[in-house]
Amino acid sequence: MAADRTKAVGAVRTSRSARDGLDKSITLPPDEIFRNLENAKSFAIDIGGSLTKLAYYSTVQHKVAKVRSFDHYGKVPDDEPLYEISVQEEITARLHFVKFENAYIETCLDFIKAHLVNTETKVIKATGGGAHKFKNLIEKKLGLKVDKEDEMTCLIKGCNFVLRNIPHEAFVYVKHAEPEFRFQTTHPDIFPYLLVNIGSGVSIVRVESEDQFERIGGSSIGGGTFWGLGALLTKTKRFDELLQLASKGQHTNVDMLVRDIYGGAYESFGLTGDLIASSFGKSATTDKGFVPEDWRIANVVPLFKKRSGDNPEFTKEDMAKSLLHMISNDIGQLACLYAKLHNLSRVYFGGFFIRGHPVTMHTITYSINYFTKGEVQALFLRHEGYLGAIGAFLKGAEEDNPNQYSWGENYAGSSGLMNSSPDVHPLQRTRSGTFDMLEMDRLERQLVNLPLLLDASSYVPDTVDLTEDAMAREYWLSCFEDALDGVVKRAVASQPQSLDAAERAEKFRQKYRHKLQTLRHQPFAYGSLTVRSLLDTREHCLNEFNFPDPYSKVKQRENDIALKHFQKVVQALESLSMEERQFALVKGLLAGNVFDWGAKAVSDVLETNSAFGFEEAKKRLQARPWLVDAYNDWLERLKGPPHKCALFFVDNSGIDIILGVFPFVRELLSKGTEVILASNSGPALNDVTCSELAIVTERIAAMDSVIRKALEEDKLLLVQSGSSSPCLDLSRLDKGLATVVWERKTDLVIIEGMGRAIHTNYYAALRCESLKLAVIKNAWLAERLGGRIFSVVFKYEMPPK
Amino acid sequence: MEPVQSGRAMMNGAVVNGYHGGCALQEESDEKQPQPHRGDKAACRPKKKKQQQQQQQRQPPEPEPERHRAGCSDGRRTPVTKDPAPSTSRRLQQRRETVKKNRPPFPWFGMDIGGTLVKLVYFEPKDITTEEEQEEVENLRSIRKYLTSNVAYGSTGIRDVHLELKDLTICGRKGNLHFIRFPTQNMPAFIQMGKAKHFSSLHTTLCATGGGAYKFEPDLRTIVNLQLRKLDELDCLIHGTMYIDSIGFNGRAECYYFEHPTDPERCQKKTCALDNPYPLLLVNIGSGVSILAVYSKDNYKRVTGTSLGGGTFLGLCCLLTSCSTFEEALEMASRGESTKVDKLVRDIYGGDYDRFGLPGWAVASSFGNMMSKEKREAVNKEDLARATLVTITNNIGSIARMCALNEKINRVVFVGNFLRINTLAMKLLAYALDYWSKGQLKGLFMEHEGYFGAVGALLELVNSV
Repeated sequence: MAADRTKAVGAVRTSRSARDGLDKSITLPPDEIFRNLENAKSFAIDIGGSLTKLAYYSTVQHKVAKVRSFDHYGKVPDDEPLYEISVQEEITARLHFVKFENAYIETCLDFIKAHLVNTETKVIKATGGGAHKFKNLIEKKLGLKVDKEDEMTCLIKGCNFVLRNIPHEAFVYVKHAEPEFRFQTTHPDIFPYLLVNIGSGVSIVRVESEDQFERIGGSSIGGGTFWGLGALLTKTKRFDELLQLASKGQHTNVDMLVRDIYGGAYESFGLTGDLIASSFGKSATTDKGFVPEDWRIANVVPLFKKRSGDNPEFTKEDMAKSLLHMISNDIGQLACLYAKLHNLSRVYFGGFFIRGHPVTMHTITYSINYFTKGEVQALFLRHEGYLGAIGAFLKGAEEDNPNQYSWGENYAGSSGLMNSSPDVHPLQRTRSGTFDMLEMDRLERQLVNLPLLLDASSYVPDTVDLTEDAMAREYWLSCFEDALDGVVKRAVASQPQSLDAAERAEKFRQKYRHKLQTLRHQPFAYGSLTVRSLLDTREHCLNEFNFPDPYSKVKQRENDIALKHFQKVVQALESLSMEERQFALVKGLLAGNVFDWGAKAVSDVLETNSAFGFEEAKKRLQARPWLVDAYNDWLERLKGPPHKCALFFVDNSGIDIILGVFPFVRELLSKGTEVILASNSGPALNDVTCSELAIVTERIAAMDSVIRKALEEDKLLLVQSGSSSPCLDLSRLDKGLATVVWERKTDLVIIEGMGRAIHTNYYAALRCESLKLAVIKNAWLAERLGGRIFSVVFKYEMPPK
Repeated sequence: MEPVQSGRAMMNGAVVNGYHGGCALQEESDEKQPQPHRGDKAACRPKKKKQQQQQQQRQPPEPEPERHRAGCSDGRRTPVTKDPAPSTSRRLQQRRETVKKNRPPFPWFGMDIGGTLVKLVYFEPKDITTEEEQEEVENLRSIRKYLTSNVAYGSTGIRDVHLELKDLTICGRKGNLHFIRFPTQNMPAFIQMGKAKHFSSLHTTLCATGGGAYKFEPDLRTIVNLQLRKLDELDCLIHGTMYIDSIGFNGRAECYYFEHPTDPERCQKKTCALDNPYPLLLVNIGSGVSILAVYSKDNYKRVTGTSLGGGTFLGLCCLLTSCSTFEEALEMASRGESTKVDKLVRDIYGGDYDRFGLPGWAVASSFGNMMSKEKREAVNKEDLARATLVTITNNIGSIARMCALNEKINRVVFVGNFLRINTLAMKLLAYALDYWSKGQLKGLFMEHEGYFGAVGALLELVNSV
C-alpha cells in the first residue's frame, strides 16, 4: 500500500509539473494524506472554484489500555498487582477532511478508488460550484452516485459544527499585532449570528438555530469582482497574485480622498482627510479640455495636461489596492447595515475572498471597525475552507445524527492554520497548502459547560496565552522539546512485548517535534497556543502511534504501593486534633500532588530514587506562608456548617489520589458533605483515569468503613470528566458530570494539580466556593509567580456576592 | 470652460464697489467708498465689516475697459430688461424695500466646488430699472450679458439651458436662474483668471460650498483676494433641494419618479410633488455618495456614504475603455451588454435560486465573468462600460435601500450629477428599490440633479444679509 501511495503522489507531482513547468513536489509524506481510507464509510465533497475539499468518515482502530480488577474478595495477596492491565483494540469514529487543488482531483479520485476497501456507501454528497462540473468524473471514478446538496445549507451546517466543537475556531485579525490572530472562546450559545460569505458574489445570512437560517441579503460586488475587474485592469490573472499586487500598492494614487476634495478633513461630519471619497476617482482620464481663450492670460501657463494613457501616474499595484479597498469597504458597509437592521453583533466572514488571506482579513476588519465604530468585530474562522464539506458530510450522515456527539479537533492529524503572510510568494503559499487536513475525533459523550461557571461566555480555561506571551512560549516549547526523549523512552518501556515499539516511538518523536517546530513559527496554528494545547497535542501524537497509555504500569505500581500505606496514614490523621488534622490533610494533598510524572523535576527524582515517598515529598514542600496562602480562611470555613456537596477534580495516580485525596475526601464525608470525584475519561500522563479510580476506590472501601458507607449510601460518586488531558477545560465536561453536579447542589469545587489549577482555571470564576491547590514543580513557572520550585498555591475563593 | 465668461465680464469689475444691484444704497455710489451696510449696522456680521475694510484698501481699482468691450460683444444682444423704467416713486419704494431687506449686492452667485465638477448658479435680475442699468458698472453688466448669452464657456464650461428657471423672485427681485458647470480641474485656471481680472473689485462675497470651498479657499483669498463664505455642503444640498422643489420647474414639478419601474414596457417618467416631504432619504451621487436622513429643513443626519459613486464609474470606465468623458462613457454604456461581463444567478444555478428567492437574472457577481480569460476576450468596451454603470448603480441602490430600512424612511430622493443624462441609472435605481423592497420603497428624482448645493449656497447669500 505504501508503494501505491508513493505512486499516486508521484502522479500528482507530474501533473503539476506539466501544468506550470515548475517542480512542486508535495511536501507532505504520502502516508499522511487520505489516512484511514481503508475504513472510510461515507463521503462528501465540496468543489469550489479552485479547491476541492473531501470529507470522509472512518473508524480508527487503535489500542487502548484497559484495567480490570482481579477478583480478590477483599483479600490482597502481597505478590499480585492491584489490577490487570490489558491493551485492547478499540474502534473510534473520526472525521477526515482533506483540501487540495482542483488540479489534483482526478489523481485523488483514483487514489481513493484504489484504497477504498470495505465501504458500503453508494452515494457521495456533493456541494460547491464545481460539483456539477465534476459530477460525471466522480461517478465514473468512484462508482458512487453524486447527490448534490444546497451550498448555503452546507455552509451553515458546517459553520455551526465548527463553532460548537472547536473551542478556538473564531478569531479577530489584527494586522501588525503580535500575534495577528486573537482567538475567541466559543460561547456555548452560538446563535444568532451573521455569516457573510464572500465568494464570487456576497451572501449575507442570518443564522437563528441549527436548522433555521435566512439569506437576508447579498451583493454582487465580491471576490469575483475583485478578480474579474482586477484581471481587466492589471492584466494579472491569478487571484493570489492580484492580492499580492494589492498588498504592495498605494491606493491614494487612484482614489479621490476627502483631502483631495477638501484639502483636509471634512470636519463637520467627522470625515478624515484620508477617507476615500471616490474610489478610482483620480483615474478618470477626462479630457481636461483647453483653457478658454479669455483665461489664457499672458503669464498663465495652461495648468492641465496631466497625463495621457502612456504615462500613467499610478501602477497596477495601485489599482489592485484601490480595488481591494473598494470591495472590502463595500462589503463591510453592507454587512454592518444588515447587522444593524437585524440587531446582530456576531459577524463571521468566509468565502474564497477571505480564506486566510491576511490582506483581505485586514481590509474587511478595517471596514467593519470604521462603519460600526468598533461596535461589531469582524470574526474569521480557522476552518473556514472546510465549512461546505463538513456541512455536506453532515447532511449525508443525518441518520447517524452526528450532532448528538461532541467532536474534538485531533491536533496530530490536522494541519493547522497556515501562515499566509503576503510576503510569502503566492506560488509558494499554494504549494505549502497543497494538501491541508483536518481531523475530528468523535467523543463518546457529549461535552457541556460546568453549570457552576460564573459566566460561561467569558470563561477562558487557560491562564497564559502563549501566542501572546513570547517569553513563556519560548520557554514551554523548549521545555516540551527537552522532555521529548524521556517521553519516547517511557513509551517504548510501556510496551516491552511489542516488536515495533521503538520504531513507532521514533515516529512519534518526529511527529511531535515537527508540531513543536510548526508552533514555534505559527503559534496560532491550532488556536491560542497554551501549555494545555501542547500537552494535548502530545497525547494526540502518542495515541496516533499506538501508545495509548505509556504510564499504565507506573500508575499500577504506584497505586499498589500507596494502597498499602492508606490505613496507616488514616490512623495517623485520626489521632490528631481537629485543627491539626485539617492542616495535615491539606499538607497530605499537597505532598501527594508532588508525584507528577508530567513535571520533569519530579520525574527525574522518581526515575533515580525509588525510595522517594510521601514523607520525602512533604519535606520538599514550601513552609507556610505559601506562595498563595488562603489556608486560614479555609480553616475558618471548616468551622462553619459543612458543605452540601463537593466536586473534586483529581490529578495523579498513586500517592496523590490514595494518600492525599482520599483522606481529605474521607474527612469531608465524615462531616456530611457529599463528594463527587471527577477523573479523566482517558489516560493522560500518570493522571488517574476513571476506570483506575473505580478499582482504587473499591479497594479503599474494602479497608475503610467511611468510604464504604459513603459508596453504599450514594454519597461518594465517581464520575468521568470527559477529558483525556492533564489540563481541564470547564466548558467541555461530560454531560453526566454536569447533571450530577446540578442535582447534588454542589457548593464546593476542588481543583488539584498544576495542569488543572495553574495552567488552566487559575482565574476561573465559579458561582460557589472553590479550592485550587497545587505544588509548582517547575522552577521557571515558580519564579514567574514569584516563588521557588515546590512552592505551594492554596487558593480558596468565595463566589462574588 | 466655464464661468469663463463670467470672468471676462468681471475683469472690469474695478468699479463694482459702487454697485449694489438695486439695493437701496445705490445712490451712494457716487461716493468712491460706499458703506453699503451702514444703514443696518445691527444686521452686519463681523465678516462684512472686514470685507468693507478690505474693499476700501483695495481702491482704487484699475479699469480695463478695452478688454471688456471685446468680451462683451455677445452680451450686447441680450435685452437689458423687460421691465419698463420705474417711476421715481417706485424707485423710492424699491429703495425702502431694499433697505428693509438689505439685499446683498449683485452679482448673485452660488458655487458648489465638488470633487469632479464645479456647479455655479447665477441669478440674472430681469427687473433692472433703467437707472440701475445706467448705474450698473460696465464690468458687472458684461458678466451678466456674457453668462446669459452663451451656453458654452471654453471647451468644458456649460450652461444647462434646459434647466434655467424663469421669472423667479428671489429676495424681492425678479429674474432667471442659470445653471453652469465646469470641471473642478479647471479651478486653478479659474483662480488665475480671477486674479488677472480683479474679481476682488466686484465687491461681493462668494458663497461657496463643496470640498473645494475649503481646498481652494487659501488661493481664492490670497491670489484673487476674494471674500469667500464657506458653507456646509449638506446644509446647502438640503436647502437647495427643498427650495427648488417648492418653486417648481417653470410651472412643472421638479420631482419625478418612474411608474412601473419593474416593467420595461410600461416604465415611464411621472412628475410628482413632494408635499409633506419629510422624512426623506436624500442620496447625493457625485464623485462619491452621501446619504442623508432628512427630517426637516434643518434637522438631518448623514447616515452613511460610499466611495463607489460617479467618480468610480467614470474612473473605471476611463481605465477599461479609454474613454475620456462622462458623456462618452454613458453613450458606450447605452450600447453595451452587461450580462456578458457579470455573472448572473442563472449562470451559476441554471435558473432562479429558489431556495433564497433569487431570480436568475440577478447579478451574482459583478464582473464575475471576467475571471475567465475566454470571456475577457469576448467582451467589448461597450459591455464593460455598461457593466460598470450597472455595478455602481445597483450598489448605490442596495446601500440606499438598507439605509431606508434602518432609518424607517420609505421615500428615497436621488440627486447628484451622476444622474445627469443618465436615465439608465435612474431606471435601474427605481427598479432595484421597487423590486427588492417589494414595492415598499419609492425612488424619486429631481430635474436639477446636481445643482442643489450651488442653489443652497446662493440662498445663503441672499438670506444672509
